[in-house]
Amino acid sequence: MTILQELQKLSQHLSKKRQPHHADAPILRVQDISVAFETGVAIKNINFELNVGERLAIVGPNGAGKSTLLKVIAGIQHSTEGKIQIFGHDPGGHICIAYVPQRNQVDWQFPVTVSDVVMMGRVGQMGLFRNPKDRDWKLVNHALKTVGMDLYSKRQISQLSVGQQQRMFIARALAQEAELILMDEPLTGLDVSLQEEMFRILDHLQTLNVTVLVSHHDLKTASKHFERVMLLNKEMLGLGMADQVLTPENLVVAYGVHLHLVPTDDGMLALGEMYGDDGT
Amino acid sequence: MIAIIMEPLQYAFMVRGIIAAVLVGIVCAVVGAYVVLRGMAFFGDALAHSILPGIAVGYLVGGGIRPTLFWWALIAAILSSLGIGAISRSTKIKEDTAIGVIFAGMFALGVALISTVRSYSVDLAHFLFGDVLGIQNSDLWLIIIFGGFVLVTILAFYKEFMVLSFDPILAVTLRLPVRSLETLLLVLIAVAIVVSLQTVGVSLTVAMLVTPAAAAYLITNRLHGMMIIGVSIATISGVVGLYLSYYLSIASGAAIVLTCTATFGLIWGFQSVRRLSKYNR
Repeated sequence: MTILQELQKLSQHLSKKRQPHHADAPILRVQDISVAFETGVAIKNINFELNVGERLAIVGPNGAGKSTLLKVIAGIQHSTEGKIQIFGHDPGGHICIAYVPQRNQVDWQFPVTVSDVVMMGRVGQMGLFRNPKDRDWKLVNHALKTVGMDLYSKRQISQLSVGQQQRMFIARALAQEAELILMDEPLTGLDVSLQEEMFRILDHLQTLNVTVLVSHHDLKTASKHFERVMLLNKEMLGLGMADQVLTPENLVVAYGVHLHLVPTDDGMLALGEMYGDDGT
Repeated sequence: MIAIIMEPLQYAFMVRGIIAAVLVGIVCAVVGAYVVLRGMAFFGDALAHSILPGIAVGYLVGGGIRPTLFWWALIAAILSSLGIGAISRSTKIKEDTAIGVIFAGMFALGVALISTVRSYSVDLAHFLFGDVLGIQNSDLWLIIIFGGFVLVTILAFYKEFMVLSFDPILAVTLRLPVRSLETLLLVLIAVAIVVSLQTVGVSLTVAMLVTPAAAAYLITNRLHGMMIIGVSIATISGVVGLYLSYYLSIASGAAIVLTCTATFGLIWGFQSVRRLSKYNR
């Protein structure tokens, strides 16, 4: 990163100037994105668009590059080639993208309460020396209510259950007024009832016209709860309606020998790797 | 009782020492909250030690004038912290190794430079362990100005530093100037160390940064609470330590640090006992 870019960000942060949104452009356009690490290619030639209010699951085996793709879109990881556009613009000036981290990336002993963490979503809009204003508190409280966490707002974050931790980060994304929320494996480690609850929240986000992009490793819930899915294994192997993308032929290409096909009443049920994801 | 409290205060050097210890305690405890939460204790200790060549050069150049020492110490601290960052970013060497390389090298350079001056009027021990009772009015002004700079900057960037420390990824997606903020925080730590140099010396400065903040961390769940409680522990320890030093004739810097450590131990012990009694009930 050059000093010039850094200064630009500094002045942007201080002046709070942001890029305008053009409603006619897709919220996200990914063009020819490739990422190569020293150890090899992580993702290659990814192209797709997302429209406002869509919900898309990225599925694929471990090491397929799901997290890498999300990180490139969030601006945390630089791509080797290609570009990302948000509402038809360079992503630099936008703060409408939120990234919900995997739970193991967070220091749960950090001395902050739930509402402190959610208020962090507002920091981009607040100025120096400023305390949160009425509008900031309103947004934070509303976000907490939306995910059903308003009763826990004063808790220190280590006292939360796994599902509550996840909901807190979604509330933070809402407080950020994010229009595109990226979630890295939000369902990992959640039991079935918590997963159902998470999908209720995702459904609610859709009614708010928030666009959601989720990485996910369970093919069954992906095809059940997501209209559109992307099958990824370094390259994009398919994108579209779940039943058209998650075909046995495509899955064999994506998962190779790791795939287990189980015959059921209505055809073949494909089981991907159900457990554990190293987050690559 | 009143006589015990009043007696040391008839000496101007004691009054200046107490003021200095309190000011340094405030500045270090506030900065220390971030040091503790970000796991930078080793970095802080190393940075304090790597100031030594700066002091030596300052001494050779300025002949013992305090502001000169101060500026050279600050230059050495900032150069070291930037050097550590540059090495760990540009090579495959991990940060703690880079810290070890720079810290030991700078410290050795400082010892070497000081050993070249035979007629050294001020003891090396003063730099290593502090000389809080030798503080002059001009030193107090330097502490007030630079300590004030640190406190005002942290007040201004409190939220940004909190986001940066808790969730660097959020800082990126909020488009905060992450690199500038990181560097600013390193500079603030460096300034806090230089400010506390005369009070506790390079060897014990890390205690001022870490111990009160860590003790406060044990009893609070909020970042600002950690700063407020840390400041209270540090200021009380500064005053109590100096009285202990006066009445027991022990080194002042060590007395202050030991009081901080004892406070930490008390809090930790109290919590352990309470936790045990909870289990046994």
